[in-house]
Amino acid sequence: MTKPFDYAPAPESRGLVDIAPSYGLFIDGEFVESTGEERNKTVSPSTEEVLAEYVQANAEDVDRAVKAARKAFEKWSALPGAERAKYLFRIARIIQERSRELAVLETLDNGKPIKETRDADLPLVAAHFFYYAGWADKLDHAGYGASPRPLGVAGQIIPWNFPLLMLAWKIAPALATGNTVVLKPAETTPLSALFFADICRQAGLPKGVVNIVTGDGRTGTALVQHPGINKVAFTGSTGVGRAIARELAGTDKKLTLELGGKGANIVFDDAPIDQAVEGIVNGIFFNQGQVCCAGSRLLVQESVQEEVLDSLKRRLSTLRLGDPLDKNTDIGAINSAEQLARITALVETGEAEGAERWSAPCELPSSGYWFAPTLFTNVTQAHTVARDEIFGPVLSVLTFRTPDEAVAKANNSQYGLSAGIWTEKGSRILAVASKLRAGVVWANTFNKFDPTSPFGGYKESGFGREGGRHGLEAYLDV
Amino acid sequence: MSERNDRLSVFKTYKLYVGGKFPRSESGRVYEVTTRTSAAGTASRDKGKGSWLANAPLSSRKDARDAVVAARKAFGGWSGATAYNRGQILYRIAEMLEGRREQFVREVADAEGLSKSKAAAQVDAAIDRWVWYAGWTDKIAQVLGGANPVAGPYFNLSTPEPTGVVAVLAPQESSFLGLVSVIAPVIATGNTAVVIASENSPLPALSLGEVLATSDLPGGVVNILSGRTGEIAAPLAAHLDVNGIDLAGADAALAKELEIAAAENLKRVLRPGPLDLAADPGTHRMTAFLETKTVWHPTGALGTSGSSY
Repeated sequence: MTKPFDYAPAPESRGLVDIAPSYGLFIDGEFVESTGEERNKTVSPSTEEVLAEYVQANAEDVDRAVKAARKAFEKWSALPGAERAKYLFRIARIIQERSRELAVLETLDNGKPIKETRDADLPLVAAHFFYYAGWADKLDHAGYGASPRPLGVAGQIIPWNFPLLMLAWKIAPALATGNTVVLKPAETTPLSALFFADICRQAGLPKGVVNIVTGDGRTGTALVQHPGINKVAFTGSTGVGRAIARELAGTDKKLTLELGGKGANIVFDDAPIDQAVEGIVNGIFFNQGQVCCAGSRLLVQESVQEEVLDSLKRRLSTLRLGDPLDKNTDIGAINSAEQLARITALVETGEAEGAERWSAPCELPSSGYWFAPTLFTNVTQAHTVARDEIFGPVLSVLTFRTPDEAVAKANNSQYGLSAGIWTEKGSRILAVASKLRAGVVWANTFNKFDPTSPFGGYKESGFGREGGRHGLEAYLDV
Repeated sequence: MSERNDRLSVFKTYKLYVGGKFPRSESGRVYEVTTRTSAAGTASRDKGKGSWLANAPLSSRKDARDAVVAARKAFGGWSGATAYNRGQILYRIAEMLEGRREQFVREVADAEGLSKSKAAAQVDAAIDRWVWYAGWTDKIAQVLGGANPVAGPYFNLSTPEPTGVVAVLAPQESSFLGLVSVIAPVIATGNTAVVIASENSPLPALSLGEVLATSDLPGGVVNILSGRTGEIAAPLAAHLDVNGIDLAGADAALAKELEIAAAENLKRVLRPGPLDLAADPGTHRMTAFLETKTVWHPTGALGTSGSSY
């Protein structure tokens, strides 16, 4: 029997998506088999059910993909911008048409709630293609001189937290500026990129302009090392980003990196507490905290600490964790067993170092990878949970007394991707925002994205910007 | 040099410029600098054909680290100064240089083996370059930044901000125009710099320190080191409190080595490339050491009618 105000199950239909048992590589406009034998499986993180098999692309496969992209580059880059634009507009439209199917697919492969894929990922994916489509024939006016030239073949490596959105962030500006691409999706979430190949087919995109190679880090390494690429765009961990930067040293390959973060979400005592609590929840529990720009460090002014924490715990206790396909689910599954192990280990470190753990009282499903929303109090700046990126639903709470202290603590990080400020005072927002060393600052909101707005990090959160006019630079010879 | 005079001239001891002061190298080391010769330092002393000019400080790793501390200390004030103020100071540098033009013409002629007129052209171009960048300080944000038309009830603004402390390897050949062409864009936008002067021709750079010290430029904004480029650059490239590095003065092998070291904290790296000092400098040396910050604000609602009145 359900309690009053309990939700009945409201699952989105899985029948909206037709996943093939096995996928090849998308090279030169068609799905091909690997020259090697190795295959991987991708599973649904919420059930551990195998969704499909895919290829572990080897260096030879990557070479084929790069050659196809190189061959396609000549014609694609010579195409009038207006024609390139129309292909991208077509892609944007087809994504809109197929967005529910893609949302279900993404939820199955990634484990995030359908509410998020449907209302955040997919609309942003279509919008991103729509935005950059319009740039393709206006590059002369973008502030990079007359007729800025594309770089050539871009090697692009994307993470598993926003698989299709990260694909859009990479492919849309690259194609708009006249480059061709070889893209490697993450090993745990290859499916939406493989579905995107079908969208390219439907859009009539010339063959070889987009190539998708699947596989783990070895495939990525082969791509980065390939002498035939002119550009590497990577989104992922700071460790891998650093390795790529070393790998490209002394070459002419251009590099942009969007890496880790440990965003500070600063709550001043005059903030509207209820709104701030919603913002804190959105900041760290959106996509199970598997967000590089997550507000994973809460900096709360001492005088309102108790009130904020009480309210926060109350709110976290109402979050619904479970079937990601259920439209009422707030917290989905952790993307992989490996990631769950990493989160678990870091949380254990947090406890061992003396921080006080509190987890929301919720029942975890028996199969799949799950982690209850968790927060740490009594956290000092030296604690691992205050310094390392956890990339999971874990919030570290620190306190401050003065705005200067808040700024100093917020900036006390190797990262500099995002930050949040909660206060009613406009001048304080501007003063604090100007002192924060972070690429994106949200004032009285959090985790907002838009294709027109540049996104990217300071310090070890990487370099280069994605989105907006700024995002073109990464793919132009300027 | 004024050997023709009856009077014995007073030599100048060339010193480093760090934190607004003029220290010698903490190592106590110097190296011999000669006129227009490609050889310098003890190893190649006997190969040098030019005549003796000075004993320049041979900076150590410790000097490099001290310079980073000075540059970091200066960063808050300089990056927080108004763009107008930075422009005024850069313009003041041009004014001060104009007054010491003859000295720099002589030093550049000696350093690069140029005729007086050719050296004068270099110095004039360098002075004009300060003027060019002085004018950029309060315009670059308008050119690079702006409001983004967000699809939602938000207002956001993207603005460029300085990267932080930047290590600058000045070009080896162009001892003064090349030097100014790499320093000015870095500090115009609010970064602070640790500069390694041309290894064989460091004297114009060391004299520039004297000009900077009398131009209202806060101490530590520009720090100038002389010595072996490779020796000083290695600790700077690996330094975790340096945010960017301009490799203009590095050869291919050194550039690669430094770029690998710079990856440790993901420094912004400006790779060496052809430096056309006669061309319009463009903006790329500024943009290489600028970050973009985007700040979002909810626009709020004024009520169901969209208006509160």
